[in-house]
Amino acid sequence: MDSRSTRPLSDDELHALVDGQVSGAARSVLEERLALEPDAQARVAQWQQQKRRLQGLHRAVLDEAVPSPLLEAARQTSRVRQSADRWWRMGGMAAGVVLSFGMGWLTHTHWQDRQSGTLLSRIPVSSEFVRQARYAHTVYAPEVRHPVEVTAAEQTHLVHWLSKRLGRTLKVPNLSAQGYELVGGRLLPGDTGARAQFMFQNGAGTRLTLYLGAMQAPAQSEVTKETAFRFETDGAVPSFYWVEQGFGYALSGPLQRDALMQLAQAVYQQINQ
Amino acid sequence: MDPSDLLAQIPGLRRYARALTGNTWAADDLVQDTLERACSKWQLWTVGTDLRAWLFTVMHNLYASDMRRTLRRQQTGAPVDVDALAHELAAPNDTTALAIDLQRCLLQLPEEQRTVLLLVSMEDMSYEQVAQVTGSPLGTVMSRLSRARARLQQLLDAPASTQGIPFAAPVLRRLK
Repeated sequence: MDSRSTRPLSDDELHALVDGQVSGAARSVLEERLALEPDAQARVAQWQQQKRRLQGLHRAVLDEAVPSPLLEAARQTSRVRQSADRWWRMGGMAAGVVLSFGMGWLTHTHWQDRQSGTLLSRIPVSSEFVRQARYAHTVYAPEVRHPVEVTAAEQTHLVHWLSKRLGRTLKVPNLSAQGYELVGGRLLPGDTGARAQFMFQNGAGTRLTLYLGAMQAPAQSEVTKETAFRFETDGAVPSFYWVEQGFGYALSGPLQRDALMQLAQAVYQQINQ
Repeated sequence: MDPSDLLAQIPGLRRYARALTGNTWAADDLVQDTLERACSKWQLWTVGTDLRAWLFTVMHNLYASDMRRTLRRQQTGAPVDVDALAHELAAPNDTTALAIDLQRCLLQLPEEQRTVLLLVSMEDMSYEQVAQVTGSPLGTVMSRLSRARARLQQLLDAPASTQGIPFAAPVLRRLK
């Protein structure tokens, strides 16, 4: 204690005194030591004066009427936030999805104005996940005799089984309105746990696969909430993929982007109903 | 979120931006950009957390990265908008002169020192909050604060005649 009190006060300690960022007994100790250091006292006095002047600088701005362009920008921003909150409450799409799709998904003009490429690029959807989804598609979609482990005839069992293995109640989307019927599904290994693959087929024999599973727990909780659709054309088969509350989905099939997007929308809507 | 929460933040943002840029128009541009950026980044703000600190973070990132704004300020010449300060004449002439002087000295600080000094002094943020807003370690915040206060004191103490308004402007490249 004695050796401490003879050490000159550090700059950090002086700043903490000036800025009121130390209180109670600790503050009293610092003040006692300050009383013994005239040089430090002078500096503290200067800094306190600086601080008072800075606190007074442009104070009048605080009472000015806010210019209307700023009011309008703030209102617009609040509206977007409120819409996003509403979507969240409805269990609907996260803002990211809406922003990413931009066109054709919603007719709400605010969303259309805010189509954002930066959102897409920032969201860390695992490319490994999509790669595995495509491998699974290219391996099983051409399979003639055993495309699935459990067929659509045993759909209740299939869903129950895969839900249990993936640790989440799964829903199989119904794509018959789009001309695709469920073939069945299978369990697969993935880099961060079990994966399920559902296969669909239309009258022409075109097969789609929906690959899903838990993503690795991200460090930041906000990442798990973020959802964005991404389109991936690299490789043999194109995919749309997205993340919803920590669960990844990839819909793959040999289709044009628009057609695959419509199917992805249908899948998304049904899963989140 | 209540829209009034956001509206309530605007005066504080405008004032801070004014002190940061030293220019009325640049400041309001910066606030506008901040609100627009917030609009597209809302999913990064979590309900219940400090809205003010988040908006200051958005503003800080914009200010620190927007080279074009700096360029515009250079093109318009004087970084200090004297006319904008004149209306603050609620007090005697001395106050205005002091405010202009203080603003000019502030603008001679490197941007990162000015930011820390203003967040601590004008905005009364804790050092931890400043670290969060500027995305810097606490130690960096403290050393910038030290340098800013020492430098500002030198500038304020220097005879007015030796304080030229021109200061070393960073060399900028326009990125297209």
